[in-house]
Amino acid sequence: MGDHHHGPAKGLTRWITTTNHKDIGSMYLWFSFAMFILGGAFAMIIRAELFQPGLQLVEPGFFNQMTTMHGLVMVFGAIMPSFVGLANWMIPMMIGAPDMALPRMNNLSFWILPPSFIMLACTLFMDGGAPQAGWTFYAPLSTTYAPPSVTFFIFSVHLLGVSSIMGSINIIATVMNLRAPGMTYMKMPLFVWTWLITAFLLVAVMPVLAGAVTMMLMDVHFGTSFFSAAGGGDPVLFQHVFWFFGHPEVYIIILPAFGVVSQIIPTFSRKRLFGYDSMVYATASIAFLSFIVWAHHMFTVGMPVAGELFFMYATMLIAVPTGVKVFNWVTTMWRGSLTFETPMMFSIGFLILFTIGGFTGLMLAIAPVDFQYHDSYFVVAHFHYVMVAGAIFSMSAAIYYWLPKWCGRMYNEKMGQLHFWVSFVGFNLAFFPQHFVGLAGMPRRIPDYALQFTDFNMMSSIGAFIYGAAQILFLYNVIATIVSGKPTSEEKTWEGAEGLEWTVATPAPYHTFETPPPVK
Amino acid sequence: MCFDVKRLYALALGPVLMLMSLVSTGVWASESERSTVNMTAGVTEVGQQIYDLHMLILWICTIIGLLVFGVMFYSIYAHRKSKGAKASSFHESTSVEIAWTVVPFLILIVMAVPATKTLIEVYSFDDADLDIMVTGYQWKWKYEYLTDEGERVSFFSNLRTPQSEIGNTEAKGEHYLLEVDEPLVIPVNAKVRFLLTANDVIHSWWVPELAVKKDAIPGFINEAWTRPLKEGIYRGQCAELCGKDHGFMPIVVNVVSQEEYQTWLATKQGEAAQVKELMAQTFTLDELVERGKGVYERSCLACHGAKGEGGVGKAIAASAIATGEISGHLDVSIDGVPGTAMQAFGGQLNDVDMAAVITYQRNAFGNNMGDLVQPIDVFNHKKG
Ligand code: HEC
Ligand code: HEM
Ligand SMILES: [Cu+2]
Ligand SMILES: [Cu+2]
Repeated sequence: MGDHHHGPAKGLTRWITTTNHKDIGSMYLWFSFAMFILGGAFAMIIRAELFQPGLQLVEPGFFNQMTTMHGLVMVFGAIMPSFVGLANWMIPMMIGAPDMALPRMNNLSFWILPPSFIMLACTLFMDGGAPQAGWTFYAPLSTTYAPPSVTFFIFSVHLLGVSSIMGSINIIATVMNLRAPGMTYMKMPLFVWTWLITAFLLVAVMPVLAGAVTMMLMDVHFGTSFFSAAGGGDPVLFQHVFWFFGHPEVYIIILPAFGVVSQIIPTFSRKRLFGYDSMVYATASIAFLSFIVWAHHMFTVGMPVAGELFFMYATMLIAVPTGVKVFNWVTTMWRGSLTFETPMMFSIGFLILFTIGGFTGLMLAIAPVDFQYHDSYFVVAHFHYVMVAGAIFSMSAAIYYWLPKWCGRMYNEKMGQLHFWVSFVGFNLAFFPQHFVGLAGMPRRIPDYALQFTDFNMMSSIGAFIYGAAQILFLYNVIATIVSGKPTSEEKTWEGAEGLEWTVATPAPYHTFETPPPVK
Repeated sequence: MCFDVKRLYALALGPVLMLMSLVSTGVWASESERSTVNMTAGVTEVGQQIYDLHMLILWICTIIGLLVFGVMFYSIYAHRKSKGAKASSFHESTSVEIAWTVVPFLILIVMAVPATKTLIEVYSFDDADLDIMVTGYQWKWKYEYLTDEGERVSFFSNLRTPQSEIGNTEAKGEHYLLEVDEPLVIPVNAKVRFLLTANDVIHSWWVPELAVKKDAIPGFINEAWTRPLKEGIYRGQCAELCGKDHGFMPIVVNVVSQEEYQTWLATKQGEAAQVKELMAQTFTLDELVERGKGVYERSCLACHGAKGEGGVGKAIAASAIATGEISGHLDVSIDGVPGTAMQAFGGQLNDVDMAAVITYQRNAFGNNMGDLVQPIDVFNHKKG
């Protein structure tokens, strides 16, 4: 490793042994896209079964495996690794660092993921089938009543927890130590800020998840009764532990997305981000609040009324910093000089749809009303507005935004716009009607439903297929860009772009910032 | 089942309009039919309060949304580069930031006040006129009337929709998946308190029109209450994923007049007394086997197979337990096998049926034990 000017090794070894943040970033991104397709395939099975009332395609037991695997693969396999990939690519380039602080750990934290997900996917073929208790895997359905494959699921969660923790330690170490001279904390791009805070969230809550699955493992194999009432345990304890991880987890998913749109909206508004400082403080307060609201997922478990009130008030409070962010983005656009390239379209889509998801979140926070919403399709609609239209839309925006910098080729703008519009229409067709069926009384996680829900479920399925098809277009566009896109060597792909990543050559060389750049 | 064209239009007009169409259609929600787009106000005062809160917050969100999106779309329209817009350079303002922190906070307080009031109302469990124990099983509900006088009435409520409708070989009925063999019956205008628990995994008892959703958790007893103001049949479903047939354990509540309820209760108590009488009787082997065959087909066949060959459960034919000591057979059947799908049937079958099914298992599928179990044996075994 003495010579810093060598290029990448050749062939497969390059990818297995690489410690380069760009290589690892690319691998994370490709891996997460593969998981996105896999999780999407599960979703298509779910929506195909729900197209009509009656059981057409799958057995109820298999249906539950599909919802469970869909949730797990999307959350842990698609969204989280995709943002880690983005962090790998962009954080060093944004803070003027030559690479991540801990490059070998970086390699390891990626290479843990594929085996872990292969193992998870294999549970589908095991005796008794894959885990079937939902991505929230409540005990005792996930312990005493689980198929034997749950042990592999637990192992897999442990592995990806290890991977996430290593990834986040790496990000924290990089941001704290490798900033170019002059890059003070309050000058860091917001994407770096949101990831720094996310990394702290991850380090704090992944061990809690590990604790939860370890207790499950003990209950399943070693005769303990953490979650079994028959042995003196407490099934509700599982939910507390899970959501103590789970609620911060939803912010782990969305904060980097906030960071992405905070980079993109100023670029295409040709105007500095409005309220940079308050964006940082809002992110930090969201992160703090996310630790004290977990039981809003548990309003119906029979908590004492004081507990309900506390969690209701605390959850409502989250709307304040979230609102601040939305207002700041809109004000950034105000009196800018706007253009609407694909990254901007996805960011505007994000802004509209995430805000709708935030509103439904606020509605869900009202405990007495949540008694009617909880575990209905209304919740499904809520979290798809924040996770798909929030995280995935911003991820699409990020890819279009930085892809030219990464590979020195321009994507096809027409196809990008088409991807946006088909996604936008498909997404809303798929998920807006779910608010209605949820309010009208359709529970979530059911393979078959009463007749009054038919129309909206059909719409929803059609929308889902459209949204799914749009992602194939996306994949095609990305590959076509990399293979044969119009070459570009402009350092600044976008007229309004600011930041160190736009000062390096295009395509970004294998090693960047071997000497620290000057920071304005 | 075809598309409602109006709804498709509503969809095309985008989310904001959809919110409004939701609100306007909500108006017919309060009439007889349950709305298919909005929450029901149901038939209780609490339900009405919850519905009002829901609408209040929906409106507040809609208005804020219209304002925010309005500003955004104006800027998308007016401040585009293609129209020659030049970017201005302002990028912070402490007073604006403070304003849009404080104002939302005040709006939240406006929401929190009625929410707190309603929540406290939901949690007022005292002074119930009737207590009903609700127990979730995979995949059915058990109701037990905790009355002070007369026999205790208790029964299971199973999905009634036939497999042929679910499998699409027959046309689906009006209440597809929302119909049960035996509904819960409660009197109108009475405060009914539910005590909820579960036998295996977590379930959740949800009837939108009664404004009740509460988890039924093994080892816990949760409380919930309702006071329906209108007679009628109200339907709901299990709301917490509870395994394979989670989608197939509906709830039907029949709210009837006080008199009708009393008559119904008296009949049920009479039936309960009859079973009690049977329990004191002694049966012949043939009587038990005949009754036991029916019980087996209803309660055991799904796992143990039509010929006792097993499946999810172990084989009964030539099983060491079914051909061994009677007490061992009683143990397994009454208490189940913890950690497996074999539930404790002691609470699900009455002693007559339990005696019958065990006798049947010992004398069918080639198990020719020739011995028999009387209800009194089951009773004594349960007492320990
Ligand atoms: C949901 C599935 C299920 C149903 C329904 C069920 N069983 Fe079982 N049963 C099992 C399983 C699983 C076992 C094996 C338990 C073990 O691993 O020891 C079992 C075992 C048994 C055994 C012991 C067999 C042996 O040789 O170990 C008996 C006896 C028995 N069941 C009786 C009944 C009776 C009586 C009924 C109906 C009232 C019934 N079961 C209904 C799942 C079921
Ligand atoms: C304004 C901010 C938000 C508020 C107030 C909020 C509130 C809530 C509440 C109260 C629930 C529980 C509903 C129920 O189960 O009855 C919920 C569910 C959920 N939320 Fe949010 N939320 C917000 C933002 C987000 C974000 C940003 C994400 C993720 C990116 C998210 C993801 C989820 C998920 C995944 C669930 C469902 C969990 C499950 O049961 O499977 N939410 N939200
Ligand atoms: Cu939450
Ligand atoms: Cu259920």
